[in-house]
Amino acid sequence: MKYDVTVIGSGPGGYVAAIRCAQLGFKTALIEKYSTLGGTCLNVGCIPSKALLDSSEHYHNATHTFKTHGIDIEGVQVNLQQMIERKNGVVKITCDGIDFLMKKNKIDVYKGLGSFVNKNTILVSGETEQQIETDKVIIATGSKPSTLPGLAIDKTRIITSTEALKMTEIPKHLIIIGGGVIGLELGSVYARLGSKISVIEYTNTIIPTMDGTLSKELQRSLRKLGFEFFFNHKVKTATNNGGDVTVIADNEKGEEVSFSGDYCLVSVGRKPFTSGLNLEAAGVKLDERGRIETNAHLETNIPGIYAIGDVVKGAMLAHKAEEEGVFVAETMAGQKPHINYNLIPGVVYTWPEVAGVGATEEELKKSGKKYKMGSFPMRALGRARASMDIDGLVKILADEETDEVLGVHMIGPRVADLIAEAVVAMEFRASAEDIARMSHAHPTYAEAVKEAALAATGNRAIHM
Amino acid sequence: MLQIKVPTVGESISEVVISRWNKKSGDYVEMDELLCELESDKATFELNAEAAGVLTTKGNEGDTIAIGELIAEIDTDAKRPEGATVPEPKAAAKESPKAETKAEKEDTKTTYASGSAGPAAQKILAEKGIDAKQIVGSGKDGRITKIDALKAELKVTSNETKGRNDRTEKMTSLRKTVSRRLVAAKNETAMLTTFNEVDMKPIMDLRNQYKAQFKETHGVNLGFMSFFTKAVCVALQQFPAVNAYLNGEEIIYHDYCDVSIAVSAPKGLVVPVIRNAESLSLAEIESEVMRLAGKARDNKLSLEEMTGGTFTITNGGVFGSMLSTPIINPPQSAILGMHNIVERAVVQNGQIVVRPIMYVALSYDHRIIDGRESVGFLVKVKQCLENPTLLLTQGTDPNKLLLGL
Repeated sequence: MKYDVTVIGSGPGGYVAAIRCAQLGFKTALIEKYSTLGGTCLNVGCIPSKALLDSSEHYHNATHTFKTHGIDIEGVQVNLQQMIERKNGVVKITCDGIDFLMKKNKIDVYKGLGSFVNKNTILVSGETEQQIETDKVIIATGSKPSTLPGLAIDKTRIITSTEALKMTEIPKHLIIIGGGVIGLELGSVYARLGSKISVIEYTNTIIPTMDGTLSKELQRSLRKLGFEFFFNHKVKTATNNGGDVTVIADNEKGEEVSFSGDYCLVSVGRKPFTSGLNLEAAGVKLDERGRIETNAHLETNIPGIYAIGDVVKGAMLAHKAEEEGVFVAETMAGQKPHINYNLIPGVVYTWPEVAGVGATEEELKKSGKKYKMGSFPMRALGRARASMDIDGLVKILADEETDEVLGVHMIGPRVADLIAEAVVAMEFRASAEDIARMSHAHPTYAEAVKEAALAATGNRAIHM
Repeated sequence: MLQIKVPTVGESISEVVISRWNKKSGDYVEMDELLCELESDKATFELNAEAAGVLTTKGNEGDTIAIGELIAEIDTDAKRPEGATVPEPKAAAKESPKAETKAEKEDTKTTYASGSAGPAAQKILAEKGIDAKQIVGSGKDGRITKIDALKAELKVTSNETKGRNDRTEKMTSLRKTVSRRLVAAKNETAMLTTFNEVDMKPIMDLRNQYKAQFKETHGVNLGFMSFFTKAVCVALQQFPAVNAYLNGEEIIYHDYCDVSIAVSAPKGLVVPVIRNAESLSLAEIESEVMRLAGKARDNKLSLEEMTGGTFTITNGGVFGSMLSTPIINPPQSAILGMHNIVERAVVQNGQIVVRPIMYVALSYDHRIIDGRESVGFLVKVKQCLENPTLLLTQGTDPNKLLLGL
């Protein structure tokens, strides 16, 4: 078969690119080595983790807040097996949705490992082997959990996020190496279900790329949930002793400390995944960090071969990959799309949720830019008190001179959804006063955005 | 309520056009502030506020309004807005909340966001290869909206196809007058043109010899215009019909020469008048020409300065014309056309010599000027120019004058 475009990898970058290609009239093929479409995000990432986060949140509420709400229930039990089953059901429905979308857009799906024979020929090794010819290629093979030297992941007690999504028992003490998004989200799941959580982090903060206020606020909330944080700790080894795990680390003074738990989740980041692609056959170059090297059009050093998502530079986020998928498809069609990388929001699905877009306060300070800051606490909102979700705040940073919004950072209920307003505002270069002058429905969490904007405009929040 | 009516701006002017409002309805105006500019057939006038108050305009830019008609009203009872003007406004302005005033202004002002394109508009512009800077955004604070970007695309494609844009513009009042009068002159007179050539060498020699001294003595440059004006005056007095008006069944003769000079001004051709040119010296004529041409360039000519000429001189030579037929400026009966000076081979005293030659043309109304007079007039002009001493003797041969013949 001969295609206009062949996409390797069916994650949120790959399948979105395939759909956009098909919409633009390209004859399109999609290659996936796993049995289900959707990549990490749908199968072992965003979607299953959110399913477990929601389930565990319900349990947490049942055991912690129902009584105050006036609901007395006895004998609340976690049925972990059912929780995992339900999660699997959510994943299946979502993946089946991608199958449907491929059929609807007349995209040919090949199941098997895709590898380059040359720059226009791809070998698909699945149940059978077949070669497909293609004019252009989009590499969207994503990333895998990475580890540290001395940390051998055995997938039984020393595990990655993938295993953490299909546990057969609730850990008594879960040691999490790495205070990034994945560790904190999965840690939240098991903390709510009763696990003791110890987070061992190399730097001095959690979620280090986000605004400092958010990481401080989140630490406070997670501590309430039973998290313990060990900062400035350098993990040296983790050993599976059969029934438990021992983690050895150097603390901030350089002293060796030992942690003992029944599971150890290694969440120290993800690395681009290109093995098996046989990139050499096409001549595609990698950069020094193992990412596929791309230019401003996301084209590799070989004309006609593009790469998107986690396998290239930039934040490893599903929505970033999706934008890049559309960008590449349109670029191939001769259009001139644009991605504003500064306005790709970062989101953490803990409770309270965390979200941010644009410049952080630390970045503004470092750049020497003059800015104004306005923030508003969730607890001052009627909506937050009604639902007893009073943790968190919204913080808006605006240019001191022009009032243009430079960054919006939030922690609180549903802020992963609220951040969309900030992205819209910033894409259109709104000023803080612009946001402050837009009507926000009452009572909502979104009112915190308006109030923070009023505070940033001229320190004139109404409900403070 | 003070009513402002279009003032009488000159004889024979019955209507004016509002060319520009400097203030708009609702504005608070101070006494003597410029309200608007009016344009008549012949000149531009300014209308100032006769009192302070809130202005209400009647009529839009481009509207024609009759003399004496209401053009604006000023509500003199209206309060001077706080922070608006002279007396003690600054303190008041400071008191009003800073952010509030800023917001009000932002709708009309250019801001940091002016000219920035939203995501969809940005993509469209990139694909059309248009720089956002070339577009005036219609969105909030001048942001470029999707429709702005789409429209910009259309504009550019039409420009790219070899520039076949048509542009429709309203005729100015001046242009309308010019057009009406030229057609009238063409249709209502028996106009024809006679030609001659002038050897410019004597005048040029004279100029070259004395121009520095002339400038020193009189403070103006010695040009050709004074010689031509003076020569015309001599000829006009010898051929009075050329200096006459035809008025119905009567002929009006003038014993003075008011010479109109055609000058190219920014708004079109204007013809200021040199009064009693026959009694002016060359230096006086030069300084009068300087003064009138300067005012014409600045659109400052008054109506009086442009009315009542008895004969016109036009110089197409400044634009490089070799020869053309000028058109009479009614009610005048004749017009002299000057042209460029070109070195030509001419025969003088049986020898072919190179001389700076100017062709001259006289268009005249044959109804009152006979061929003998028109040709004689032009020959007389030629003689005076080729022998400038004749300008001193009113065209009579100095030798004859000397001998009392």
